[in-house]
Amino acid sequence: MNLHEFLTPIQDICRRPGPFDRIVLTSRVRLARNLKDTPFPGRATKQQRDEHLQIIKPVVESLTSMKKGFSQELNDLADLDRQLLVERHLISRELAKKKQGAAFVLSKDETCSIMINEEDHLRMQVILPGLQVKEAWKAVDKIDTQLENKLPIAFSGRYGFLTACPTNTGTGMRVSAMLHLPGLVIAEHMQQTITAVNKLGLAVRGLYGEGTEALGNVFQISNQMTLGETEFDIIERLNKVVVQIIENEENARAKLLESNPEMVFNNIGRAYGILTNAHVISSKEAKNLLSLLRLGLDLGYFPEMDPEVVDELFIVTEPAHIQHRECKKMSPEERDIMRATQLRERLEGMQRPSMQVIAAKNDDRPDTGESDSSEDTQTDAEDGSGQET
Amino acid sequence: MICNVCQNNEATVHLTQMLEGEIKKIDMCESCAQKQGVDEPGMPLIDLLVGLGPSSSETSEEDETTPSTKRLVCQVCGNSLADFKKTGRLGCSHCYEVFANQMDPMLRSMHKGIKHTGKAPKHFKDDRATRDQLEKLEKKLQKAITEERYEDAAVLRDSIKQLSEQATPADEPSAHP
Repeated sequence: MNLHEFLTPIQDICRRPGPFDRIVLTSRVRLARNLKDTPFPGRATKQQRDEHLQIIKPVVESLTSMKKGFSQELNDLADLDRQLLVERHLISRELAKKKQGAAFVLSKDETCSIMINEEDHLRMQVILPGLQVKEAWKAVDKIDTQLENKLPIAFSGRYGFLTACPTNTGTGMRVSAMLHLPGLVIAEHMQQTITAVNKLGLAVRGLYGEGTEALGNVFQISNQMTLGETEFDIIERLNKVVVQIIENEENARAKLLESNPEMVFNNIGRAYGILTNAHVISSKEAKNLLSLLRLGLDLGYFPEMDPEVVDELFIVTEPAHIQHRECKKMSPEERDIMRATQLRERLEGMQRPSMQVIAAKNDDRPDTGESDSSEDTQTDAEDGSGQET
Repeated sequence: MICNVCQNNEATVHLTQMLEGEIKKIDMCESCAQKQGVDEPGMPLIDLLVGLGPSSSETSEEDETTPSTKRLVCQVCGNSLADFKKTGRLGCSHCYEVFANQMDPMLRSMHKGIKHTGKAPKHFKDDRATRDQLEKLEKKLQKAITEERYEDAAVLRDSIKQLSEQATPADEPSAHP
């Protein structure tokens, strides 16, 4: 079976429900583990990496969680497929760059992915939809316990699990939640949120982890520290913070609708207009507009629309996914055209947002301070910043 | 998280900067941040980072006083102290022992503590439990002997013998047999 026969169609993956999935896209827990007394991948020779792979791969493939799974060495993986797996968050960008001795193993449902010879001998992750950090930890903990019986894992009573980078030493665990926060971004509360979250020892990053931009108002929150705390404490803290951010996001949305509904409608309406009519669109612009469409969906402005479509488009409009669909390598310019075509096709027949319904509700309220028409010129000027034409 | 500069106060200022294509991070307390002029726009983070991290003042002093540390090389993977400082990566599990002097200050600046309190492999936990048990029995044995309860002592001695045969003898507390 080849990779593409194995992979679950994106629309099916996007259809999996999870708690709080209006705001929390996915939860992930990854563990870093190494074999003891032998060089880590970064220090190992090609031959040693191959030897390590021969030791680790059969053990990983024999795990109960990996039954009917899929495994492949990076040597045998085309460039486009590497990128495709990164876009699906199934392998890391770092693994995608590796060749000799590197491999990955995916579980049947693709919630579990184990990378071999990335920065560490073993990187195992479980990704679940919505806010399920505790469930993800339970799943990856189980796999880890099975592996430790079969492999000589590097562990010290003092420092815990030993990893190539000292920032992972200890639990070797990185817990993260991917959050969609358009309300906090539009309300300009994001900087504040990041500062507060940082103070609690958690990092805020972009869509693809370290060093990436927060495209499409998607932010990744993860623990920075891995030593001196139990896994349970780290997960509890992150969970609490995420629950708080969800509340803040909901509040920000409610407040925006109350104080400046036209601005919200304008953003969503323009996003709808561009996405359904553009003929050339960059990945960045598409993501940012899809984020607004998702916000519109959350707010109930597209009652006819299948809510998973936006999440699906988020992924299928990525460069490797577009090229895979078209079965050829394409230049960025060609991709921008194809992306726009795909968006128009997929969103064809999508009804215009019915935002008036909510606006009418607002009008019904006794305290209608709707004499804002004089301010219209001002808001026009402000809104201009977000749009490029 | 502790301030990278004074290694003393809680870090509340967190800086991230792109330098030569790499992301550099630094965590500082309020007063150190002010002293370093963090507020000034365009302050290059590199000036701060140069004297920090693996090559912190503490360890560089050590380098000068004990020339042997400079030649420190891991026998298992060939990672040298210079490599470690350059890449910030350990080469294998054994490196943690070889560079033990550098590890603690480094880990302290990155993490909540420097002692692992989380999950441990089952065999490790079992060993730890056995060791604790052995220690207890040894104490009881000594007590029995000083109190001249020789029958008890004989029983205790037998259980110690049995237990230590069960335990994997080579596994030291520091994990690298």
